[in-house]
Amino acid sequence: MKATPLVVLENVDKHFGDLHVLRDINLSVQRGEVVVVIGPSGSGKSTLCRTINRLETIDSGVITIDGSPLPAEGRGLARLRSDVGMVFQSFNLFAHKTVLQNVTLGPIKVLKKSKAEAEARGMELLERVRIANQAHKYPAQLSGGQQQRVAIARALAMNPKVILFDEPTSALDPEMVQEVLDVMTDLAKEGMTMVVVTHEMGFARRAANRVVFMADGQIVEENTPDEFFTNPRSERAKDFLSKILTH
Amino acid sequence: MEAFFSNIDKVVDGFSWTVRLTLLSALFSFILGVILTAMRVSPVPLLRGISTAYVEGIRNTPLTLVLLFCGLGLNSALGLHLSDQVMWDVFWWAVIGLSAYTSCFVSESLRAGINTIPVGQVEAARSLGLTFTQNLRLIVIPQALRTVVGPLGSVLIALTKNTTVASVAGLGVQEASRQMKLMFDQGIAPVLPTFFGFAVGFLILTLPMGYLFGWLSKRVAVVR
Repeated sequence: MKATPLVVLENVDKHFGDLHVLRDINLSVQRGEVVVVIGPSGSGKSTLCRTINRLETIDSGVITIDGSPLPAEGRGLARLRSDVGMVFQSFNLFAHKTVLQNVTLGPIKVLKKSKAEAEARGMELLERVRIANQAHKYPAQLSGGQQQRVAIARALAMNPKVILFDEPTSALDPEMVQEVLDVMTDLAKEGMTMVVVTHEMGFARRAANRVVFMADGQIVEENTPDEFFTNPRSERAKDFLSKILTH
Repeated sequence: MEAFFSNIDKVVDGFSWTVRLTLLSALFSFILGVILTAMRVSPVPLLRGISTAYVEGIRNTPLTLVLLFCGLGLNSALGLHLSDQVMWDVFWWAVIGLSAYTSCFVSESLRAGINTIPVGQVEAARSLGLTFTQNLRLIVIPQALRTVVGPLGSVLIALTKNTTVASVAGLGVQEASRQMKLMFDQGIAPVLPTFFGFAVGFLILTLPMGYLFGWLSKRVAVVR
């Protein structure tokens, strides 16, 4: 019994000028699966993540979400994006809106929910990411870790089918990394489908169903976290792990 | 100064026209400026082209020429009238000319404001599924406006003073500077005190604008 995967990338290629950043990428993500993408910087992992909701266009290949191919632009694309949550490295909370307004904007303007309904749900989500007491502050008044948790709540408010995390802890001070990872780990346990680009190997081991290792725009290796970390098959992966794992 | 103050009703009448020209032109140039900016950043090349051509064309034309075109060209030569009363006919043509001109500067200020918005704000809005217009209306323009309140204040001050060109350029609106000239022509007021009086009158209008916009720009500033 194999359900249709939620996210499928087939033969995806992309160039930035002369640079071939994605080389024949084939990847599928099942419902409820947590896929962690790791690799050296410049390996294309962020670009890969961003192509899934078309923040980056692709040169060739096909990307489908829940069975339907990604529209090129217009309302179709907007509708599809509302199903795909995105959490950025630099949080990108709307600077002129309060925390609660950040979380309710999408539900009110895109999902056409009433303000009361959106706010009730918004407060629930802020509660869940443990930041409800800051609901009426502006993003600049919060710490990085707090902002990133709000960004996760903002993504969740759209009831997305999948959430993409593009290096969600890379811009955080070390002491704030854990609070964000805790929220992400909870989400993973609750069965949210997630694609996570990260350097947090602890999170990958703890929460991922599958690790995808990228180098030079290619997927070099895919495996369960246990297998990957204890028994990497490719030279590139062995080399990468030896540089980042200090034990 | 006595002669000046004995004609204060004329002075006040003149400035009342100045204020009316300023407020209406400010309103229309703001609206047109926002539309031009939206076109300028739109993904449709034709709209971008029209907006760029308009802004670059009008912005680089002297205001006197723009107003002469409205007055002598459209109003007199082509006989286009906006009102049966001459007083209002020339007034509306002056508003059109001033708005057409000032909107370019509003648009350029706004565009500069848009350029200060981090691209992540737009990407986050896109990711939520907002359409291009929603993105512009809810995220981009509100943030851009907040960053350009100060520059827009300067545009408004310039507009207030530019209303004086309306009468020079053949549109005989009875605004302050024309009123002043009439007072000279009729020999009812001594030259220097009258100059001084009108200059102070403009200061009374524009100085508070500067302070108001300065205060406002601090108040609404987006903290990042």
